[in-house]
Amino acid sequence: MDNITKMIVINSSKVLPSDVVIKLYESNADVMIKETCFGVMVSGERSVVDKLLFETRKIDPYGIFIKERGFAPGEPNRCRATRRGGARPGFHMLETEERILPQIAQGLRALDKGEIPPQKMKKKKLELEKLKEIIMKAEVS
Amino acid sequence: MKVFIYPTNSLILSDLVERFGHEPLAVMQEISKRVNTPGLDSPPMNITPEDPKIGLKYAAVEVPSGVRGRMALNGPLISKAEAAIIVRDPVVSFGCMGCARTNELVNFLIRAKKIPILDLNYPSSEEEAKEFVYRISQFLKSLGQEEKK
Repeated sequence: MDNITKMIVINSSKVLPSDVVIKLYESNADVMIKETCFGVMVSGERSVVDKLLFETRKIDPYGIFIKERGFAPGEPNRCRATRRGGARPGFHMLETEERILPQIAQGLRALDKGEIPPQKMKKKKLELEKLKEIIMKAEVS
Repeated sequence: MKVFIYPTNSLILSDLVERFGHEPLAVMQEISKRVNTPGLDSPPMNITPEDPKIGLKYAAVEVPSGVRGRMALNGPLISKAEAAIIVRDPVVSFGCMGCARTNELVNFLIRAKKIPILDLNYPSSEEEAKEFVYRISQFLKSLGQEEKK
């Protein structure tokens, strides 16, 4: 049996971690659920967790982001409670990426609307002949 | 298709790859294998003295054991990768995953593998984020078409 843990990071104005937890409990699936400040952690058999989170994402597709986690919820080697506080390893990565999640959500909305972002104009490099010309002019004066 | 992501623990890349129907290859899977196997020899990540030996496949013996130990996690992911999405110089690579030499080696190995690669920067504005998501979606769609062929 392949057990995995996935973390749901919620960055939504409509959904709270507690709402997601209630939905997860309603599903009656055989998983372990832990509510956290950033979202929810779900641990269980891979097929069950994947299926459950596929449905959970539909609550707010632009506000719910999911990734796998190596450690199970409450792992004593990772949990702050048994490590005398401080930032949990991996917190800084999460913090950095969480800042741009609203922008990513906008990007996903635009993609679903079919918007194509304008191509950026690439800066052309200075041509060799033009550079030589500039040098020649500078030398004369 | 199995898509390697860099930074290897990125939430955004992992989510987007899964959202667009591919399998993300992230370092969390390798850590999960180590910490969930019975018998934890070296907590928290269970990196034992055997791991730098596994890392010898990717880096020479005079390379610091830290690099080789990290490569024992990243190496199997690179060897499984069929495509890659790489964010250039992420700020976080200075922090917890901040072994510059390992990051260089990972980038080199993934480029040397000659698989489809998408190079990006983290977005800093809404317009850039739209382009970021659009380019990733197009890249992953093109991978799906390649797979059908």
